[in-house]
Amino acid sequence: MSEVRVDVRGECCPLPEGSEVKVDVCGETCPVPLVETRKALRKASPGDTVIVMGTHPASKDEIPMAVKALGLELLGVEESEGVWTICIRR
Amino acid sequence: MAERATLILHSGEMDKFYSALIIANGALAMGLEVSIYFTFWGLQRLKKGGLAGGRLSAMNLLGLGKWMVKRRMKKANVASLERLMSDFKDLGGRIIACEMTMGIMGVRREQLREDLIDSYGGVGTYVQSARNSAITLYI
Repeated sequence: MSEVRVDVRGECCPLPEGSEVKVDVCGETCPVPLVETRKALRKASPGDTVIVMGTHPASKDEIPMAVKALGLELLGVEESEGVWTICIRR
Repeated sequence: MAERATLILHSGEMDKFYSALIIANGALAMGLEVSIYFTFWGLQRLKKGGLAGGRLSAMNLLGLGKWMVKRRMKKANVASLERLMSDFKDLGGRIIACEMTMGIMGVRREQLREDLIDSYGGVGTYVQSARNSAITLYI
């Protein structure tokens, strides 16, 4: 996995009420970003914020689709220099 | 009740097994309940040590094609079949082994990865699951 570090504390992610779970799937390809997001969401408690960072282009659109299908709240999506960040409230 | 996807894996080739597991894991990740029925050549992949044993469905070239595709997959950072299978089970995916195939091919339960298998069934089990599924695929 490549070492990409981004500051995820932008407008995308307001300070969470619950705890915060970070998922780094940079360099991973289909279906790993989707699967790792789902695994993290299953482990998280209601109210927790899950922050996913990755580089696989299709997952940037597909993870929000999964969030909607799961009835969860999409807090924001940001992209900078090929790395996207998706924030989800469980 | 969650939506459901029901897959039949009839093929034992590596590329088709990849397709089945990638679709299944995607469906699980998007909130569906997923079952895969392993039948005929697909059941061979459930044998102990058989997970990655399939050839390519085209351009196998006596194994050279498979070697090349595996190398390219590694370069593209594609998850291994072991990882995809482990994720499938972690996300609650169900595996059903076809009992008739076991009878025809003389496969005993102890020859199979019993740790992965949730149940042993026949066509009725598949139809019952498929009739309530949003997605059903035959691979």
